[in-house]
Amino acid sequence: MASAILIPVAVLGIMGLLFGALLAFASKVFEVKKDERVPVVREALPGANCGGCGFAGCDALAEAIVKGEAPVNACPVGGAAVGAKIAEIMGTGNVAETPKIACVLCGGDCDAAPHRADFYGLKDCNEAMIASGGTKTCRFGCIGLGSCVAACDFDALTMGDKGLPVVDPDHCTSCGMCVKTCPKGIMNLIPKDQMIHVDCRSREKGKIVRSACSNGCIACKACTKVCPTGAITVNNNLASIDYDKCTQCGACVEKCPTGAIVKEDRVVKVNG
Amino acid sequence: MKILMILVAGVFVNNFILSKFLGICSFLGVSKKLETSVGMGIAVTFVMTMASAITYVVQYAILNPCHLEYLQTIAFILVIAALVQFVEMVIKKTSPALHQAMGVYLPLITTNCAVLGVTILNIQNSYNFLESVVNGAAGAIGYTLAIVLFAGIRERMELSDIPESLQGFPIALISSSLMAIAFLGFSGMI
Repeated sequence: MASAILIPVAVLGIMGLLFGALLAFASKVFEVKKDERVPVVREALPGANCGGCGFAGCDALAEAIVKGEAPVNACPVGGAAVGAKIAEIMGTGNVAETPKIACVLCGGDCDAAPHRADFYGLKDCNEAMIASGGTKTCRFGCIGLGSCVAACDFDALTMGDKGLPVVDPDHCTSCGMCVKTCPKGIMNLIPKDQMIHVDCRSREKGKIVRSACSNGCIACKACTKVCPTGAITVNNNLASIDYDKCTQCGACVEKCPTGAIVKEDRVVKVNG
Repeated sequence: MKILMILVAGVFVNNFILSKFLGICSFLGVSKKLETSVGMGIAVTFVMTMASAITYVVQYAILNPCHLEYLQTIAFILVIAALVQFVEMVIKKTSPALHQAMGVYLPLITTNCAVLGVTILNIQNSYNFLESVVNGAAGAIGYTLAIVLFAGIRERMELSDIPESLQGFPIALISSSLMAIAFLGFSGMI
């Protein structure tokens, strides 16, 4: 009776061992040399596999970095700290980059921007975008259904009580998933120490902006005149700040008649 | 004569993909580009032919004398898995680009039912050693023929104006079914 169990086990076991031994031998013959830095770089990466770097996950990024196809600081989640670590592994100098943060570039909250329609579809901005380009009168404004909040893997985004998403600077890793998700291009990555930004994306003429939102940029160009460093330009009826030139003096914030340029009071921790 | 019959029957009449509907996963997965489909066809040909030979030996030298016929499926899968591992090593060494292109479908030859199907059919039809190997090779050539033809069709389809709802897999499935109907014409040959 026992042999009825033992013989099949023995036969399969021996076959398995035999094939295993053959494969082990073959793997030595057909060995492919792999760069030993890949697993080390992979270890230094955060391992969230968020895809924020544009590669198919941390493994793919590690391989690309070792091959030299991606910069050592390509991981937006790890930021400068991980970049420095990988630079050390790769033996290259650290490419310093200012840490970034996600930012909601729309001031069209429920007080400022009226709705022109109700939306009863899925609670998803891209869905609403397909249906009618969103429900706000402003074609460029935040739809407010919170797709960016859903896309955030790090709990850094919440829906504020005024109908606009709010970024938690302590949790944001600047992975950029919200930027990719937002159908209106309202989520943007800006330098972390940049407090002043234009909270409007509307390229409409001033008159139309005025009728759609009380906080919109009406392209009056008052900010370009008042800016001491010439950091602000107005293109396509929208002011934009060159963050490299901006000294954050705040003159434009005071001058802006609609409040489209705002100065945030977020606490910056420059911890790398 | 019987060898020739098995060859023709395996390639055309009992084509594994288009008349037995085995191995559809990789047939749809790797047929986007002609080049990778040829590579996949060669890999499957190697695995199927070798598997036919080895499983014949396993069946008649190990399983039958020990009265372990009921272990057929697991023993055959063991053989196929080992072969696939071997093929993967060879391809990784010789052609990294092909390895990249075939991706997950290469290890999936392990679970490609066409390979297990041909080995079990060999035993069921009580073929001798040579006939088993020929049947395995014929089945694999039939697989290669189908996937290469289909890859050609899909490359042409990339350029054509397909209704949005049919793009991708729907149109691929429809055209493969039309190919299957065409291959039905061979059924009267033998």
